[in-house]
Amino acid sequence: MTPAAISIPLATWTDLVYLLCAAGFILALKGLTNPKGARRGNLVGAGAAAVAIAMTFSRPELRDHLAGVNHGLNLILMIVAMVVGTAIAVPAARMVKMTAMPQMVAIFNGVGGGAAALVSITEFLKLTSGSGSSIPPAVLKFLPTGVTSPKPAVYVIAEVLVGVLIGSVSFSGSAIAFAKLQELMTGRPITYPAQQVINAVVGLAIVGLVIATLVTASVPLLVVVLVLSLVLGVIFVLPIGGADVPVLISLLNSFTGLAVAASGFTLGNNLLIIAGTLVGASGILLTRMMSSAMGRSLPNILFSAFGSVITATGGEEGDAARPVKSGTADDIGVLLAYARKVVIIPGYGLAVAQAQHTARELADALTKRGVEVFYAIHPVAGRMPGHMNVLLAEANVPYDQLKEMDEANPEMATADVALVVGANDTVNPAAISTPGSPIYGMPIVHADEAEHVIFLKRSMRPGFAGIDNELLYNPKTTMLFGDAKDSLQKLVAAVDSA
Amino acid sequence: MIAFAQPGIIAFLTIFVLAVFVGNEVISKVPSVLHTPLMSGSNAVHGIILVGTMVVLGDAHGPAQVILGTLAVLLATLNVVGGFVVTDRMLEMFKGKPKPAKAAKADPADGSPA
Repeated sequence: MTPAAISIPLATWTDLVYLLCAAGFILALKGLTNPKGARRGNLVGAGAAAVAIAMTFSRPELRDHLAGVNHGLNLILMIVAMVVGTAIAVPAARMVKMTAMPQMVAIFNGVGGGAAALVSITEFLKLTSGSGSSIPPAVLKFLPTGVTSPKPAVYVIAEVLVGVLIGSVSFSGSAIAFAKLQELMTGRPITYPAQQVINAVVGLAIVGLVIATLVTASVPLLVVVLVLSLVLGVIFVLPIGGADVPVLISLLNSFTGLAVAASGFTLGNNLLIIAGTLVGASGILLTRMMSSAMGRSLPNILFSAFGSVITATGGEEGDAARPVKSGTADDIGVLLAYARKVVIIPGYGLAVAQAQHTARELADALTKRGVEVFYAIHPVAGRMPGHMNVLLAEANVPYDQLKEMDEANPEMATADVALVVGANDTVNPAAISTPGSPIYGMPIVHADEAEHVIFLKRSMRPGFAGIDNELLYNPKTTMLFGDAKDSLQKLVAAVDSA
Repeated sequence: MIAFAQPGIIAFLTIFVLAVFVGNEVISKVPSVLHTPLMSGSNAVHGIILVGTMVVLGDAHGPAQVILGTLAVLLATLNVVGGFVVTDRMLEMFKGKPKPAKAAKADPADGSPA
């Protein structure tokens, strides 16, 4: 080893490794944008994260002796927290059902936001207490000796406030999003009297407190900002309808990225700034792509209190009386067996019933009889864009049988049967025909153009968007009530014996 | 009381602005099939806040800082470990292998200390 090599301080090596890890994250995101490189991209990201975390143990904050800091205890707590976190996260992520993926992502995102908020607030405690502190040595150098309680510059407080505010909104917002997707609470938009007034009051209070904190650098005020931000996250998400929650999670994911970047500013950590900003910037773009896949604008999703109109007009008494044609599995099996072209339109119901394998059996049975079968996948079928493709791929459905909505729609008019399995909103013609409908403008799969429409549904209950579907009452529609998997099994038997 | 400045602030802002452009550029074209995995993957990437939580806990002193710091490390670990593992599970489905074998004994680096 040359003397020159020895003279490079460890901190510089750490920063160099961080830089490589940041590059790794960029490659990871790049990889995730195409199907071939996606899995490798994710592994590259995981590897970069692991290296960065390992390297962090060499940082002076974890080793240098500072008054009042018990490094031994802190390190033990750190490792215990990491082990416990890993012991919870791995089984949770491994065992979660494919259908529950979206809410899992919501949780992992929320805790990340919470962590960023905690980093910012803890660092603020240190900055204002002036002792110990992870103020970089570079900063300490500029402080006159004897200054024990320096007041951070306004922009330093601003960085802390951004981290606390956005991180907390992301935390509580994700928690509500989780509750909605897990159906712990209604998926319908929640509206209450004086909603706008309450929002305005909370918003103004936060603005006022932020300014006050900037001026005073007061810790108690910052804590109040934290609490109000948590409230803001809740009232921000409550009025958003269940069907829009995935777009919301993407937005909150982007928020967490920004909170992480803000923490990076506070800590003077380039890796956090780069990784957080990457996620923040790409997350906003991804959110816009997702909402445009649903044919809606982002402000429309966030602020329209989606579906609130419907609670007023969706007279269930009126609908219950309307005639609905329901058929037997045998009849429908015959219809399918002697069709030329059958289009399967899967929805979340299929996923919930774990019926993707049975759907493939039915498709196989039909294909064997010479029926042309393909799946028409709505971009937001399931609960998130791409969710349905994942579920069907899990069931080994041949790739060439999967058609994206745009590819499938021109063929719908020539289909003999559109078999709608557990979908509802994604085939609701109201999106085209009823300008007042909350889903108006959302692109749909044109099931109504097929000669026959079969709905496999558990009940007449409306879909996730909470609105009624005219197609259910259409004369060419036949309902087969029951669990999607049971119904499909009966259909497979009926087709085999037809 | 004396207000101190962060010497690196301009460098941080430069990095921030450049990262905004990179973030936008890198996902400019992505098929809708990959929206969910991409969201999940970027969710895992911001789990790198774990590095920040470790630094904060490292020189925390006094019960308040230590408790908040430990909680932060725990939450961040959930984010980074869970995020990458759940994304890997989603992407297992994209292998497009003809074999139905559940071969994928994927063991993504889980970020726990060696």
